[in-house]
This record gives sequence, C-alpha cells and structure tokens, in this order.
Amino acid sequence: MARLLFFGRLADIAGGAERDMPLSPAIGTLTQLREFLAKENSALGEALERPNIRAAINKALAPLRGDFPISDADEIAFMPPLSGG
Amino acid sequence: MIRVQAEPFDLAEAFTLQAGRTDVGGLACFIGSVRDLTAGANVTALELQHYPGFTEQTIQRIHDEAAARFDILDQLIVHRYGKMFPGDPIVLVSTISTHREAAFDGARFVMDALKTGAPFWKKEVGPDGERWIEPRSEDYAASARWVDVMAAEGQDS
Repeated sequence: MARLLFFGRLADIAGGAERDMPLSPAIGTLTQLREFLAKENSALGEALERPNIRAAINKALAPLRGDFPISDADEIAFMPPLSGG
Repeated sequence: MIRVQAEPFDLAEAFTLQAGRTDVGGLACFIGSVRDLTAGANVTALELQHYPGFTEQTIQRIHDEAAARFDILDQLIVHRYGKMFPGDPIVLVSTISTHREAAFDGARFVMDALKTGAPFWKKEVGPDGERWIEPRSEDYAASARWVDVMAAEGQDS
C-alpha cells in the first residue's frame, strides 16, 4: 500500500491530504501515478502538471516527470511551491 | 541547531548562542512575524502546514549550507507551524561570528533560503475567507542571489 500525501492547495483539489492506495503493476513510475490520478480527477491532473510542483519519495525529492520508479511501500508527496519564513 | 515546533518560542532565545562564549564578535538575528495586512488584504490568522521529517531535514540542509558558506561560529533556526495570529513570531534565525559580515550574511542567507526552500505551506484567513499564499517574485529573486540550495535534486523545471 503506497501512501500519497498532498500539501497546501493540492490537498483541497485532491479531496484530502492523505490517501493510502495499492499500486497496480501498471503504476511503476511517478509519471504513471500522475496519469492515473489525472484520469480520476482532471483538476488534480492539471494542478500536478504545473511546472512548480515538486514530488518527494520517502522524504527525498524526486523528479515529477520521467521514469522515476515508485513501489507499493512508498510514501509519495506532492508539494506546491514552498513558502517558509 | 534547528527546531520546528507548534509552540511559541521565546524571543530571548536569539541571544542564547552567545552565552558563555568569549570568541564571539557579533550576533545577528532575524525574527519574522505574522502581519495583519498582506497585499492589501486583512489577515486574521495564518495557518502553516509542514511535512514532518522532511521539513526538519530540509531546514537542516539550509543550516549546513550556511555553515559551509560563511564564517559563522554557530546558528539557531526555529520555525513554527500551525495556527498563528497577527503579531505572533513565526521564525527566528540567529547567527554568531567573529566579525559582523559573516553573521549578517549567514542570517540573510538562511532567511532567503527558508522563504522559497523550506517545506511549509501558508494559508491566510481573513474576513473574506481563506487563501493559500505562495512566495512572491521578490522572494525567488532573493534566494536566487545565493545559488539555490535546493537546486540539486528534484527540480525538473
């Protein structure tokens, strides 16, 4: 079971900040996960397409586009622009 | 040292770095607080969300980068999360050094890096409702001045 985390405005769009989800063999990369989420929720798909969105796998930044591998045990975070201070 | 916490912090903590030391030539400190007006909109509360573990780890990287770049003897970074109100301090950065330049530069570097590189998300609450806020273009320009400490991994755009 993978754990998905959505921060900031992404949680509003995703309908929740956390979601546990079994990853089917067809979802083996971040891009495939993003495509799966976009099919379910087109607004979320569009929000994740924005160039300033970052992703982290198990608390390490990972490229949102491309073939970054994910597995069923991963914690996968989607983050809009960071704003501390 | 870095700390991320929900509780308010004591402003006097800024000066604790110097306690008992005789090698400190200067201390620089920045305290950021919640304003009641941003971009012309009234703010009644600010909610800061963080990512436990990842937020601390990222701020530690900013701390370590400052230590590597500037001749600072020590530094303290304290950042709050959760719900805060106008006047409440959010962040404290304090640096000590032998000569003033390193203390000033180190504190400024840390603040600039936190503004666009620390994993927090801010929601302002006002009379007209809630809105998420993102860094201003000035914030990005400020952190770009010091080669982006986050530039390494994860940014594909």
